[in-house]
Amino acid sequence: MSEFLAMGGYGAFVWPSYGLTAVIMVVLLIASLRGLKTTEAMFERLKAETGPIHDHSNVDNNNKTTAENADAHEA
Amino acid sequence: MPMKRKHKRLTFVMIGVSLVGVAVGLVLFALGDGVSLFHSPTDIVVKKPSPEQRVRLGGLVEEGSVLREEGSAVVQFKVTDLEHSVQVVYKGLLPDLFREGQGIVTTGKVVDGTLVAEEVLAKHDENYMPPEAVEALKQSGQWKPDDGAERMEMAK
Amino acid sequence: MHRFANPTRFLKLAAIIQPWVAGITLGLFAIGLYMAFFTAPPDYQQGESVRIMYVHVPSAWMGMFCYAAMAVASAVALVWKHPLADVAGKATAPVGAAFTFLALATGSLWGKPMWGTWWVWDARLTSMLILLFLYIGYMALQGAFDDRARGARASAILALVGVVNLPIIKFSVDWWNTLHQPASVIKMDGPSIHPDMLWPLLIMAVAFKTYYVWILLVRIRQELTANKVRILRLKQVHGG
Repeated sequence: MSEFLAMGGYGAFVWPSYGLTAVIMVVLLIASLRGLKTTEAMFERLKAETGPIHDHSNVDNNNKTTAENADAHEA
Repeated sequence: MPMKRKHKRLTFVMIGVSLVGVAVGLVLFALGDGVSLFHSPTDIVVKKPSPEQRVRLGGLVEEGSVLREEGSAVVQFKVTDLEHSVQVVYKGLLPDLFREGQGIVTTGKVVDGTLVAEEVLAKHDENYMPPEAVEALKQSGQWKPDDGAERMEMAK
Repeated sequence: MHRFANPTRFLKLAAIIQPWVAGITLGLFAIGLYMAFFTAPPDYQQGESVRIMYVHVPSAWMGMFCYAAMAVASAVALVWKHPLADVAGKATAPVGAAFTFLALATGSLWGKPMWGTWWVWDARLTSMLILLFLYIGYMALQGAFDDRARGARASAILALVGVVNLPIIKFSVDWWNTLHQPASVIKMDGPSIHPDMLWPLLIMAVAFKTYYVWILLVRIRQELTANKVRILRLKQVHGG
């Protein structure tokens, strides 16, 4: 196991490469998924306030969207 | 006539991209060797840079030319492009890939025909294979130690 | 073709496809990483450090692929003014920038032990750094105008101007002498890489590509929903 981690002496270069790649890809993915979620929640809330454009889906929980989120997406 | 406008925009985009391409191409062509990272040993031998001038030399470490001084970090070797070779002196740590026959790039000043190096970088080739595959190639006699000619294309 | 490019239809379709793409991506990464660490052999010259290749090379390929995709989307947006094209370009930029950054960072981590330096200003590394700046410029221009349409047009033009950098990156190692080695996989006389190393590399490359598709679907859905939010806001303001 420790031999595996040592990577023939190159562990200090191999593991940071994979670690950095994993961190950046996971962060980008989570940020994208959360962005979609907050925007969709905001849309549902606004739709409920404004009245139907053509409403086919029930408005479920819109309490999650906070003013903060709305501000973040204004930018 | 919406179609016509689309065609006009398409033409604009295509002409624009080609013009930028041509312009950048000309600039790069004019820069020529300036874009290259290093000079070949032949360049150094022919152009004889002054001792104040810092130069980058690239080529293969000549087989059998590496001399290490006992008890010091000083290494001497020759860098060749199979036409000419330049003597190099270097004091310091060498990269892991440094060995005879290996492509390297070294920076320093040429004093009396010898390059006094400040930095030695190893170049590796584009071949990737496990050690066992190299052994098998060697046993079957198909192993070309360093495809010297092909690599020298790079150094020119 | 235009039927699928309709934003409403796209939203529905994307929501159905997305979990499949996510599953395929995770599966490919599981296989690719297993092969990269357990079945792929060390290199005859570079030893175990060669394993960095399995993240470095796919990152670099995707950095260039995303730019090409962004440029095509920009051209379609400029010429045909298609609503989805702008959105696709905008959704691609941060992914491409992330991949390009990863290619540079992992390349640096690979260069230090093998070449003996973290960085060198050779043609390949420099042109790759320019690619990162092009992405940053594209994203900056998107937000630089009050009028969203003008921002989209300016960034699309930048994306098209920057296309000239792609062949420079690809052929830099052939046109000039560089510290970076020439191509191993995509070259005229076939790959000069052992199959035991080529397969994990290709699987990782496909995993990176489906990851991009996954993120692209999510980000396009987000952008399209944000457009709908803007319309509703306008309606609220005017409807009083």
